[in-house]
Amino acid sequence: MNKLVAEDMYYLMVLGRAFEYAAKENYMKGNISGFLHLDIGQEALSVGAVKAFEKGDIFSGYREHIMAMSRGLEPKAVMAELFGKSTGVSGGKGGSMHLFEPSRFFYGGDAIVGGQLPNAVGCAYARALQEKEEGVMVIFGDGATNGGAFFESLNIAATHKLPLLFLCENNEYAIGTKITRAAPFREQAKKAEPYMMTYEVDGMDIEAVYKVIREAQIQIQEGHGPVFVEAFTCRYEGHSVSDANSYRSAQEMAHCKAKDPIKRFKKELQEKWMCTNEEILSIESKAQKTVEDAVKYAEESPDPQSEALFEHVFYEEHTNVVS
Amino acid sequence: MLYREALNKALDEVMRADDTVVTLGEDVGLYGGSFRVTEGLVEKYGEKRVIDTPIAELSIVGNAVGMAIGGLRPVAELMTGSFSLLAFDQIINHMAKLHYMSNGKIILPMVVRFPQGVSRQLGAQHSESYEQMLSAVPGLRVLSVNDVNYAYHALKYAILSDDPVVFIEHELLYNKKGEVDFEQKCDPFQARIAKEGKDITIVSYLKMMDDVMLAVPMIEEELGCSCEVIDLCSLNPIDYETLSKSIKKTSHLVMVEEDHKTGGYGAQVISWAAEKMFYDLDAAPLRLAGEDVPIPYNRTLELATVPTPESIVRDIVAWGKKNEL
Repeated sequence: MNKLVAEDMYYLMVLGRAFEYAAKENYMKGNISGFLHLDIGQEALSVGAVKAFEKGDIFSGYREHIMAMSRGLEPKAVMAELFGKSTGVSGGKGGSMHLFEPSRFFYGGDAIVGGQLPNAVGCAYARALQEKEEGVMVIFGDGATNGGAFFESLNIAATHKLPLLFLCENNEYAIGTKITRAAPFREQAKKAEPYMMTYEVDGMDIEAVYKVIREAQIQIQEGHGPVFVEAFTCRYEGHSVSDANSYRSAQEMAHCKAKDPIKRFKKELQEKWMCTNEEILSIESKAQKTVEDAVKYAEESPDPQSEALFEHVFYEEHTNVVS
Repeated sequence: MLYREALNKALDEVMRADDTVVTLGEDVGLYGGSFRVTEGLVEKYGEKRVIDTPIAELSIVGNAVGMAIGGLRPVAELMTGSFSLLAFDQIINHMAKLHYMSNGKIILPMVVRFPQGVSRQLGAQHSESYEQMLSAVPGLRVLSVNDVNYAYHALKYAILSDDPVVFIEHELLYNKKGEVDFEQKCDPFQARIAKEGKDITIVSYLKMMDDVMLAVPMIEEELGCSCEVIDLCSLNPIDYETLSKSIKKTSHLVMVEEDHKTGGYGAQVISWAAEKMFYDLDAAPLRLAGEDVPIPYNRTLELATVPTPESIVRDIVAWGKKNEL
């Protein structure tokens, strides 16, 4: 890491948090509907992991706005997608949970818990066959580690020694169920230990996340097979905006917020990277402005045309393909 | 050439021409495939392209989706349609929807080969038919294979297509003999007129097509009429044009299928005919389908759950007489 990378990551964290608060505000106003899963509190993990995994394919779940923007998807196109507008990342047909950008090797955007895991395994298989170096990273929550798709994926990835980085964001809650009520232990890496090398990291510390993902990516590139990284983190909001978060005490929330990843990294910027207050303020106001512009863009963008309804059900016209 | 050999030849030719084509499934490699469809391929293309998987159907289809995202053309084989239920999340939520949800950005050139149907005493968990569910999912092309010639051409089409295709085969048809016209230009979405006739249109697909063809000479003799038999081939989309032309000619419609009658696939054909062809029909259509029971093991009971050539003759003749055909 260097100062430029650190500043960029700080920008993305601040941008991400401002973006999520703006999304929440617009949900309350009725501009955004459906399910909206906010990533507030987990910025270090989302930004750090995606920035560290510079090249290669990324598969993720439905709490993916900040990951998408960290992969270079435009904030205004992400916000427009949340608004359901034609200018959105997925033309307004995906929504918050379905952000995809194959040109940036970002495959969002899966709303079935654990559903992205077998897809990432298949993609890693393809990359190995094509002898592409970068490998694949798949991001999922602790809840996904209790499902069958997870165990199948560990098994296949390890059997074929696939270049796949499993990144478990353990925020200790599967919607409202505490991890220890759904699994026999808090550390989900234990499930992967028989199959592959595992790492644990403080997901509230962006530098630590960045470092471990860099290291893990090098490992998968060297052909030793998959690696499992578990990052402990904390989401500040409910599972989605419609979840009142009533299952966590004020004390638990306060403990969680005391480790705030943005405050922590801001201090690092000042002390380690010698950023001046002016530099930091300039980053913060740039992020704020980007979010305001994104909301404005989303508000002003048109809804999809009615013809869009029938577009992209299939790629090909079905008439008369000859063999 | 046998049905399974036609499928094998199609796979072989496409794999030879395009090294992004891979096939995966339980025992498709060293074992040669449960129905020998992939026989000999691992020797030619190696274990990296002919991939033996664990018995984990969710991953077979889910991995195929990821392979397609990663630039391959995977052909996944499910050992039997009954096991596909473990993969239905990947078939419906991923394979069928990613293209639409991504506004066309994700393209999935992939095939799921789907052997199914009542075979010989395999019991309730190995005998089901799921075309009614699959064809109800927007985003999937669903092809069904009765004919050896069609097997070859349609599988080649399916693999080369950039859309996800579910390719339904019937477990009792793998050793069926037939000719392949390699020069033919085949539209896989066009229904096949297996026999021309002028009085009754009988629509079917998969293995029931063969039972219908066995029944037809006796039906024609008993009723003194001629039957036109249509193999649907493509179950989604349906070639309504071919059906419509035939019904306009015959004014009589019979649908024969193997799956359970309630909610079965043929209900779509009959409902379409009721909406669009009502005034072209001289009699209420007849629909012959499987009974609404899980498939039993005992051979006599098993045969009683699905239409047979004998029951098809009996039921169509009775219906024909009642309608003064």
